[in-house]
Amino acid sequence: MNLTLHVWRQPSPRAKGDFRTYEAAGISPTMSFLDMLDLVNERITQEGEEPIAFEHDCREGICGSCGMMINGVAHGPQKLITACQLHMRSFSDGDEIWIEPFRADSFPVMKDLVVDRAALDRVIEAGGYISVRTGSAPDANAVPIPKPHADRAFDAAACIGCGACVAACPNASAMLFTAAKAAHLSYLPQGQTERYERAAGMVTAHDEEGFGNCTNHGACQEACPKGISVEYISRLNRDFLRASLSGIAAAGRGD
Amino acid sequence: MQLDARIPSGPIEKKWENHQFEMKLVNPANKRKYTVIVVGTGLAGGAAAATMGELGYNVHCFTFHDSARRAHSIAAQGGINAAKNYQGDGDSIYRLFYDTVKGGDFRSREANVHRLAELSLNIIDQAVAQGVPFAREYGGLLANRSFGGAQVSRTFYARGQTGQQLLLGCYQALERQVSAGTVKLHTRKEMLDVIVIDGRARGIVTRDLVSGRIEAHLADAVVLGTGGYSNAFFLSTNAKGCNVTATWRAARRGAGFANPCFTQIHPTCIPQSGEYQSKLTLMSESLRNDGRIWVPAKAGDTRPAAAIPDSERDYYLERIYPSFGNLSPRDIASRRAKEMVDAGHGVGELRNGVYLDFRDAIQRLGRDAISERYGNLFQMYEKITGEDPYAVPMRIYPAPHYTMGGLWVDYDLMTTVPGLFAIGEANFSDHGANRLGASALMQGLADGYFIVPLTIGNYLAESPRGGVDAEHPAARDVVREVTARQERLLAVQGNRTVDSFHMELGRLMWDRCGMARNEAGLKEALELIPELRERFWREVRVPGSAADLNQSLEKAGRVADFLEFAEVMCWDALTRDESAGAHYREEHTTEDGEARRNDELFAHAAVWEYRGDGEPPARHREELNFEHVPLSQRSYK
Ligand SMILES: Cc1cc2nc3c(=O)[nH]c(=O)nc-3n(C[C@H](O)[C@H](O)[C@H](O)COP(=O)(O)OP(=O)(O)OC[C@H]3O[C@@H](n4cnc5c(N)ncnc54)[C@H](O)[C@@H]3O)c2cc1C
Ligand code: SF4
Ligand code: FES
Repeated sequence: MNLTLHVWRQPSPRAKGDFRTYEAAGISPTMSFLDMLDLVNERITQEGEEPIAFEHDCREGICGSCGMMINGVAHGPQKLITACQLHMRSFSDGDEIWIEPFRADSFPVMKDLVVDRAALDRVIEAGGYISVRTGSAPDANAVPIPKPHADRAFDAAACIGCGACVAACPNASAMLFTAAKAAHLSYLPQGQTERYERAAGMVTAHDEEGFGNCTNHGACQEACPKGISVEYISRLNRDFLRASLSGIAAAGRGD
Repeated sequence: MQLDARIPSGPIEKKWENHQFEMKLVNPANKRKYTVIVVGTGLAGGAAAATMGELGYNVHCFTFHDSARRAHSIAAQGGINAAKNYQGDGDSIYRLFYDTVKGGDFRSREANVHRLAELSLNIIDQAVAQGVPFAREYGGLLANRSFGGAQVSRTFYARGQTGQQLLLGCYQALERQVSAGTVKLHTRKEMLDVIVIDGRARGIVTRDLVSGRIEAHLADAVVLGTGGYSNAFFLSTNAKGCNVTATWRAARRGAGFANPCFTQIHPTCIPQSGEYQSKLTLMSESLRNDGRIWVPAKAGDTRPAAAIPDSERDYYLERIYPSFGNLSPRDIASRRAKEMVDAGHGVGELRNGVYLDFRDAIQRLGRDAISERYGNLFQMYEKITGEDPYAVPMRIYPAPHYTMGGLWVDYDLMTTVPGLFAIGEANFSDHGANRLGASALMQGLADGYFIVPLTIGNYLAESPRGGVDAEHPAARDVVREVTARQERLLAVQGNRTVDSFHMELGRLMWDRCGMARNEAGLKEALELIPELRERFWREVRVPGSAADLNQSLEKAGRVADFLEFAEVMCWDALTRDESAGAHYREEHTTEDGEARRNDELFAHAAVWEYRGDGEPPARHREELNFEHVPLSQRSYK
C-alpha cells in the first residue's frame, strides 16, 4: 500500500515544531506500524535528512516506550494495544496518517515524537512501593492471598507506564496511572501498612508534577492499552480522603 | 590474563555460607563513604542498586532508557524458577542445581550454580513481600508450573508478564532508595567506556543522550548489569536497544570475555513475515506445556492445518523424544524445527515455521482454562499475525534469544579487572552452554539482590577509596577517546544507513554462527566481518549532530561495537571444536544428531582477551571440575 504521513517534527524542546509530509510507499499489511516508520526513516536518512525520532524498545507492548498519537488517538485506532502492536493491516491504501507526540504540560517534547515522561517515575518515588529490606522477607506462602484479591491487584499491576492516559485526558491528568499503581499494592495484604501514606504521597506528587485533576471524563480508560479501569481512581480518591481526614502525611517525601 | 575463580573451600552446600562468614566487611558507618556505580536497571542492575543503597553505599545507577522500568527484563514472559518444592513433587535445591548443570551441558561452574539454587528460595520471598502478584491457586497459595523441560513444577509466574511484575517490584525498591537519597538515578545516559586507574575500575564515561555531553563519573567500584548481546544477529527476541557496548568496552579495557559463542536460540518465536521486519516476537515457551508441535508428514503439503488428518501429521518431538516430547530442551527443540523446515515441511505462507497446536488442549480442558493460562499470549499472537490461535494452530520458528556468554567473573562476580563486577545476563556465570527456561530472571535477581551487594564489600574493604576525580589524566583520556569516536562516526558521511549494516551483520552471523556452525562457515565469517567493519567506517551515514538527541548516532556506536565483537563470537565458535548445548558444530554430532561434547579437550570456559585492533584476541581457559554432577551425555529420549 501507499500512504501519506504527516509527522510532527520538532528539533529540540524549545524549537517550534510543525507537521511534515512523507510518502510511505510499498508498505506491506504484515508490517507493524513501527516497521513502517523504520522504513520511512531509512529513506529519510538516505536522502540526508535526520530521521523521525520516536521511542520504542520491546516492540511487543510491554515496555511502555512507544507512546505517540496516531490520527489523534493515543497508540492509534485499535483498542487495547500499544503503537508497536499496531499493524499496517489496520490501514488501507491511500490513507493519510497524522502522527504526533503525546501532548501534556508534564510531558515536555524533547524531539519529534519523543517526550519526557520522568514525572511518572517521580510519582512512584513518592511512595509507590512496599518498604521491605532485601533478605528480610518471610516465606512467600506465609500469607495466603485470596485469588480474587490477587487478580484485582494484578489487573492494576498490568499498567506499563506509557502515559497514554495522560495524553488522552482533556485535563492531562495522570490519575489512571497513579491509581493503578496504588491499587496494585493496596489490594495486597503486604501493601496495607503504608496504604494511606502511599495514597497521600502519590497524589500529592501527582499534583506537584502539574498533572491535571480528574473530572471523570473517562478518556483515559478508552486509551489505555492495558484496559486499566477508572474504578481504581475512586479507590485512590477514597484512600487519599481518608489520609487527609486523619492527618496522615505524605510518605517518602525526602525523609 | 589470570583466571582465578576463587571458589571457596568446603562442601558445595556450605561454600556460600562459609564465604559469607569469611568475607571482609565494610563497617556500616563507612559504607556511605564508598561510591558504587551500577550500570543497568534491569533485574540484575536494579536489584543491585536498590540493595546496595539500602545497605548504605552511595550508589549511582545509569541507564540509557528514559525510566528504570523500561529495561529489557520487563519483557520476560514465562516465569522464574525456585526450588521451593511447594508442589511437593520432589524438588530440592540439589535437584535445581543438578538440572541446571546438566541443562548447561557441563560448561558451567558447579559452585556458582549451587549458590544460585540456594538463593532461588529467597528471591520468591523477596518478590512476594514487595507485592509481586504471582499466580495463585484458589486456596490463596502460590501456583507453579513446569517449564522448559523441567520434570518438576518449580516455575512461578505472573500471567505472561513475569518479567514486568518482577521488574516493577525491583524498580519500586529502587525508587524507594532514590527517595531515601541513597541512590542517584541517571536516566538517558549511555555508558560508552570504563575508566581504569592503576589496574582497577574507577569509573565510567557516559554520553547524555539528550544534551550529547560526554562525562566522566568516578567511583570506588563499577557493576555492569547491562544485559545480553543477542542483537548481534539483528533479528532477535531482544528489545531493540539491547547491545554489547558496555561489556565489549569493558573487554577492551582488560575484562576477559567468556564463551561468547554460547548463544541461545529460542524454539517458540513468531516466524518472520517479511523483509522489513525489525524484530522477532517470542511466544512464551510455557505454551509448550499444552501445545503440541507438528508439521505435515509430507514435505510440501500446502493444505490448511485443519484439512490435514492426524495420521498425516508428524508430531516429531513426541515421536523422537517420547518422555520429554514437546518439552524437550530449547536447543533440541530448535534444531529439530530447523531440520523440519529445511526438509520442506515448513508451514505458513513463507513455509518458514512449524505448528504449535492447542486443539487437543482446548478439547481436554476447555477454552476458558486455556484462556486463563495463555490468554494474553494468544492475544499477542493474534495482533501480530492476524490469526486466531484458538481456531488455527500457531506458527513458530526458532530465533536468537539469550546469550550465555558474557564477561568472565569469579565466584564474587568480579571480572578480571579488579573493582569491575558483572551481573545478570552480562556475565557468563551460571548457564553453561545452554540456559534452562525461567532461569535468567532467577540468576539476575540472585546476582543483584543477594550476591553482589555482599561480595562488593569483600573488594571495597581492601581497596583504595576516593582520591580520583574527573580531572584525573586517565579519566580525561577516556573522555577524549569517546568524544573522538563520536566525531568519527558523524564524519564518515557515507551513503548507507546504520541499520543496513546491522542487518547485513545479522544475516552473516545467523548464517555462519547461528543455530548450526561449521569450520568453513566460521572461517568465512572471520574474513567477512573485518571487511564489513571497514565498509561501515567508510560508507555509513549518521545524520544530525553529537550535541543533541540523536538516535542514529546511538545506534551507530552500538553497531560499530557489534562489528568488533562479532569477530570474537566467531573465534570462540571456531576454536571450540566440539558441540555443547546451544553451540552446535556440524562436525561433532552423535548418531541421533545431538551435540557431541568433547570433555577431554573442552571442559573449560574459554575466556578471550582483547589485544588491540586488528590483532586476533587471545584465548585463555578456566578448567571446570564436575565433582557432583557426573559428566554424562545428555539424553532426553
Ligand atoms: C522476550 C523475552 C522473554 C524472556 N522470558 C524469560 C522468562 O520467562 N524467564 C526467564 O528467566 N528469562 C526470560 N528471558 C531472559 C531474561 O528476561 C533476561 O535474560 C534478563 O531479564 C536480563 O536481565 P538483566 O538485568 O541482566 O539485563 P536487562 O534487563 O537487559 O537490563 C539491561 C540494563 O542495562 C542498561 N544498559 C545496557 N547497556 C547500557 C549502556 N551502555 N549504558 C547505560 N545503560 C545500559 C539498559 O538500559 C537496561 O537498564 C526472556 C528474554 C526475552 C528476550
Ligand atoms: S494506566 Fe494505561 S494508559 Fe496509563 S500509563 Fe498505565 S498502561 Fe499506560
Ligand atoms: S515498544 Fe515497548 S510497548 Fe511499544
